[in-house]
Amino acid sequence: MKFLTEYRDSDIVQGILAEINRIAVNEWVLMEICGGQTHSIMRYGLDQLLPKNIQLVHGPGCPVCVTSLELVDKALAIASLPEVIFASYGDMLRVPGSNGDLFSVKASGGDVRVVYSPLDAVKIAQENPNKKVVFFAIGFETTAPANAMSIIQAKMMGINNFYLLVSHMRVPPAMHTILSSAHNRVQGFLAAGHVCTVMGYWEYLPIAEQYQVPIVVTGFEPIDILNGILMTVDQLEKGRVAVENGYSRVVSLEGNIQAQQVINQVFSECDRKWRGIGNIPKSGWCLNPNYLDFDAEIIFDVEQIQPEESPVCIAGKILQGLNKPTDCPAFGAECTPVNPLGATMVSSEGACAAYFRYTEVS
Amino acid sequence: MMTENSQDIPGLVCPIPLAHDDKIVLGHGSGGKMSQDLIEKTFFPPLDNPILRAANDAGIAVIDLPQKNGEKVTCRLAVSTDSHVVNPLFFPGGDIGRLAICGTVNDIAMMGAQPSYLTASFILEEGLNIEILQNVLESMKDSAAESAIQIIAGDTKVVEKGKADSLYINTAGVGILPPGVNIHGANSQPGDIVILSGTIGDHGIAVLEARGDLGFKSSITSDIAPLNGIVQDILKITDQIHTMRDPTRGGLATSLNEVAKQSQVCIEIYETKIPINPAVLSACEMLGFDPLYIANEGKFLLIVPEVFVEPILQKMKSHRYGQDAVIIGRVRANPKGRVLMRTSIGTTRVVDILSGELLPRIC
Amino acid sequence: MCLGIPGKIVDIYNKDGLQMGKVDFGGVTREACLEYVPEANLGDYALVHVGFVLNLISEKEAQETMQLLREIADVDSELNPE
Repeated sequence: MKFLTEYRDSDIVQGILAEINRIAVNEWVLMEICGGQTHSIMRYGLDQLLPKNIQLVHGPGCPVCVTSLELVDKALAIASLPEVIFASYGDMLRVPGSNGDLFSVKASGGDVRVVYSPLDAVKIAQENPNKKVVFFAIGFETTAPANAMSIIQAKMMGINNFYLLVSHMRVPPAMHTILSSAHNRVQGFLAAGHVCTVMGYWEYLPIAEQYQVPIVVTGFEPIDILNGILMTVDQLEKGRVAVENGYSRVVSLEGNIQAQQVINQVFSECDRKWRGIGNIPKSGWCLNPNYLDFDAEIIFDVEQIQPEESPVCIAGKILQGLNKPTDCPAFGAECTPVNPLGATMVSSEGACAAYFRYTEVS
Repeated sequence: MMTENSQDIPGLVCPIPLAHDDKIVLGHGSGGKMSQDLIEKTFFPPLDNPILRAANDAGIAVIDLPQKNGEKVTCRLAVSTDSHVVNPLFFPGGDIGRLAICGTVNDIAMMGAQPSYLTASFILEEGLNIEILQNVLESMKDSAAESAIQIIAGDTKVVEKGKADSLYINTAGVGILPPGVNIHGANSQPGDIVILSGTIGDHGIAVLEARGDLGFKSSITSDIAPLNGIVQDILKITDQIHTMRDPTRGGLATSLNEVAKQSQVCIEIYETKIPINPAVLSACEMLGFDPLYIANEGKFLLIVPEVFVEPILQKMKSHRYGQDAVIIGRVRANPKGRVLMRTSIGTTRVVDILSGELLPRIC
Repeated sequence: MCLGIPGKIVDIYNKDGLQMGKVDFGGVTREACLEYVPEANLGDYALVHVGFVLNLISEKEAQETMQLLREIADVDSELNPE
């Protein structure tokens, strides 16, 4: 596949790695906040390749896993209603709420459907006028333009049985939270390439400046990720601080203006709870006043749902790179992949689940 | 709340599925860890016996046939059963009828037995077009002829509208196991070579496309095929085959993990050697699937001592259903029970068993 | 948030009020919304996420980056396979 497979060339991978080994003299802690990048790192074993003095910490970048327990429980409650067809991206079906997941709702008779695109959910609404179709609009900035367009299309076509359950997260506030922590260890960031495809990277300039931390926009294939690491380490070794673009084939400084305009038309910033971390102010997007007719949280009576995060779980500290999974008293005991307490064990790409698996093998 | 420190960690998915213990969910039918857990925890306790526990593609029944002179002749029969619930009933490259015949034929063939007789029972949904049923039966007739088997017993039931997805078929089959053949999931040895008969992922992606929910189009066709012929050809070269498996639900990764666990060995495979149709790879990239977990219905794994590899490969490549046969890995002693993959960039990673339902991801 | 795959735009049309296109991912095609890339033309390569084109892919930038990476990696230049 063009623009994909050539970025997996093992000769170039080895070559960039050699360069990283050459220039990386000091110890550095880097973080990526992107589930897709974490997945790629795991899938290709990229962290095995890095020199020992470069530590890669996986940040809270998987929207599926950091969607708050509260919203997952609301989703389960709404999906259980007989008049509802609940449409969702595939990977949300597995996320555990306080009591089961969307699969268990389906097993109990709920009409839960997987869609690839939010426009497919609009189509379901069109084809089922007697049902209320609720779409679980999760994601970071990458997915917001798609989720926003579904509402715009529904409004344009006069479809009045389509609703969104919104759980959008924004990356910059999460970075602020991580970097402003007194115990922060992260010294360089790999910015999420597809978030930046939409938003550009202008938002990261003040962050780099304020915290004096290099930020490199990074892609997803092995060569892209290693290149992002190389560019970050190069800045760190030279004592430079800048926001650089390592994914220029799709990312520009200003991003996709059209998409940002539509996002602003449909959404505005609001506070958002992150599973395993807690509330991060202004880190979410919620529907604008003129789209509240589509807001499933308002239309369906789910205000009373208030689940509690496990008091034992230290996922928040792990997600910020402050602790290792083995520091947690629940790790491997009450908290295992089969019975996860927090985000980092919920996802098999999460630090805790990865540690659980790899400590077994070695 | 469960506190077990599970030895088997679900595959690279985001996020890890709950262990559903009180109700059946779709993940229980996916062929991966959840299916295995269901069998271990719910099915084995009341039905347990050593033959079932061997957990191969077919059960081996040992029958002592008394002779007139008072002596006994021992005969081994491979017995298997399979139910088919595919939706839609017809898809590019096959249909539920062909699947029903080949599924059971292949389970028996994977033991090294030659399937001879099958049964077929049908659950028909009220309202099903008889013409559809006739088309399915025609397909079964053709597949039976190709496999050289006969259907010698059958049953039909009709259920009310809404109680069956048009049509469910169960087939059961028997085949005689020749003396000296001991093909078993627990037989793989360090030093053995792993051969794969052809491209992976074709069936699963073809059916997904035919379902239409994910909206993609391609020319991918299912690979449903009876494998007893090619297996018999291989057995003429040697009967010292250690393990054979056809990686159906759960895919190549799941089958390899099962064997690694049963044989208590490590299986190492090489990513660059695994044959995949480029269109299947594109579909997987687009949806976020790993082709290692996608169902195949006309492919098999062969684990054999190195000395037999060349003649077997040659024989397979000259057969219609083995043209893309290739060595994909080898068996090592350690770490026991693990499947490792050498990636295209030279790193090594763990390949786990499929956890729950295979779902497209956005993450 | 991140599963974005490159594909080639092989058809452009309007459907239900939105600019849509057919994208070829190398043997597999799927419909994708082109509302965010009004400048898209047939034959352009696009990054697709959940059925939406987020941006077009710049061949020029890709080639420049790849050239640079090859130099860093000390790998001889070769033609990009299609």
